[in-house]
Amino acid sequence: MTTLIIIVAAIFTNNILLASFLGMCSFLACSAKIETALGLGAAVIFVMTCTTAINYGIYYGVLVENAPLLKTDLTYLQFIIFIAVIAAFVQFVEMFVERFSPALYHALGIFLPLITVNCAILGASLFMIIRRYSLAQSVGFGFGGGVGWALAITLMAGLRQKMGYSHIPKPFQGVAIIMIITGVMAMAFMGFAGMVSIQ
Amino acid sequence: MDSIAAFFTENSAAIRDSIITFGGILVGLSIVLIVAEKLLINYGICEIDINAQEKVLEVDGGQTLLSALYENKVFIPAACGGQGSCGHCKITVLEGGGPVLPTETPHLGRKEVRAGVRLACQVKVRENILIRVPEELLNVKLFTSTVAGTRSLTYDIKEISFSLIEPAEISHRPGQYVQIQAPSSDGPVFRAYSISSPTYEKNSVELNVRLVPNGIGSTYLHNLEEGDEAIFTGPYGEFRLNEDPSVEIICVGGGCGMAPMKNIIYSIYDQWPDRSCWLFFGCRTTKDVFYLDELNQLSRKHPNFHVVYALSDPLPPGETWDGETGFIHLSADKYLEEGVRRQAFLCGPPPMIEAATRVLKEKGIAPDDIFYDKF
Repeated sequence: MTTLIIIVAAIFTNNILLASFLGMCSFLACSAKIETALGLGAAVIFVMTCTTAINYGIYYGVLVENAPLLKTDLTYLQFIIFIAVIAAFVQFVEMFVERFSPALYHALGIFLPLITVNCAILGASLFMIIRRYSLAQSVGFGFGGGVGWALAITLMAGLRQKMGYSHIPKPFQGVAIIMIITGVMAMAFMGFAGMVSIQ
Repeated sequence: MDSIAAFFTENSAAIRDSIITFGGILVGLSIVLIVAEKLLINYGICEIDINAQEKVLEVDGGQTLLSALYENKVFIPAACGGQGSCGHCKITVLEGGGPVLPTETPHLGRKEVRAGVRLACQVKVRENILIRVPEELLNVKLFTSTVAGTRSLTYDIKEISFSLIEPAEISHRPGQYVQIQAPSSDGPVFRAYSISSPTYEKNSVELNVRLVPNGIGSTYLHNLEEGDEAIFTGPYGEFRLNEDPSVEIICVGGGCGMAPMKNIIYSIYDQWPDRSCWLFFGCRTTKDVFYLDELNQLSRKHPNFHVVYALSDPLPPGETWDGETGFIHLSADKYLEEGVRRQAFLCGPPPMIEAATRVLKEKGIAPDDIFYDKF
């Protein structure tokens, strides 16, 4: 039950992009077309779900004090190891996408490897430690966080495609209007706040 | 010093564990990636079938079609060196190329996409592939040569001639070009240059090269000295001279657009001494004029050959010029009469070509009989 709540919360009330403003770089850069946004969103969902699971295993299996594999407290290594795991995993996803969907691979271009430094991915792994989630909860949070991020970028891509037909005042053109819309979207998502809540 | 040593002895277990853990995890991740690479990137041996079994190549999968063909001595023109920016390496993929990639769409028209035209530098060989390559490209060879001589034609244009070593002979049509291999910081690149030596000179290739500031190819070529080795592929190009001697030939060129013109003119008069031919050559100032004496000499020998040079900039005081002035298309408009069967070859900067094409069409030349090369 709590896992389900965490998933829903990660998508709506605690959306990693709109509530924590993590993962903005690729959000701004890859939200021009719905297709690309969906592709990147799917990649983020996949990477986030899997890396939270792997990182959970490494953190509680090796790094914490009196862990089953190693007694020493190595939690200070969490940042560098989480990043290494994410980097390796993104490499794996890259090979996978190139093999099975070359068109998507070329559409995502540089942003696929850039998921490595997408702070939302590392953020999900760190939140799971701070909030002391169980394995199921962590994976749920990773999955929900990914879906939330994908939802936000897809909504933004839809808005930007519509925006092509509107007259934007010159000072607001480009990234400026996207930041403003992101802010408005974040406020709109606050309307979900009463639904469920986590920390 | 002591305190540092003491720190290490006290924490030796923690340091050891950190190193083992960190190292272990990195090694583990690397192994996973290597295995994944073996499974995902390895496509095994793939077959490339050219022109329905005319030539079947077996290549390692995973590389681009362009490099796979290059390895097997099928030289597709690619001026940008396979970055997908020049769009020269178009070939028809009938089967097994995967979907058209976003990097290719800017270079392909709707008709071409429907016909299966792709950029060879972007298509990766992942399975058996069926392609169609123009017969001519299969005849393209890789030449090694040495520089036989260089000569400055103007302040920025050099004439460079190469004598062929292997293969020792080249057979090309007038107006075709070769691709010179020039070294760059990102490995060798290819740059296209028209052959300026006539087709009957089979053992050498001569080029006219304008020095482009910071240009990779032209800087390399301008720095070549006699005896240096050079590698190029060729011949390429769609210029096709009409073999009917009653058809008049019109050449319009500017700058190093002289190269194909010189080739065409000398080749024509070797074969048809009485054929009618006009050369219109546009320059800015007298400093840009070259080959004028040689060509005037040729026109004295062949009365049906007419040379017109025009200067577009006003003449500075103290210089004399007895040729035409103004843009070159105006001279063409002035000299050419309507209603003659003609074929035209244009080579020069885009505005010149557009203006000249307009004039030539007014004179009644069919668009199919106008060949041009913009640069």
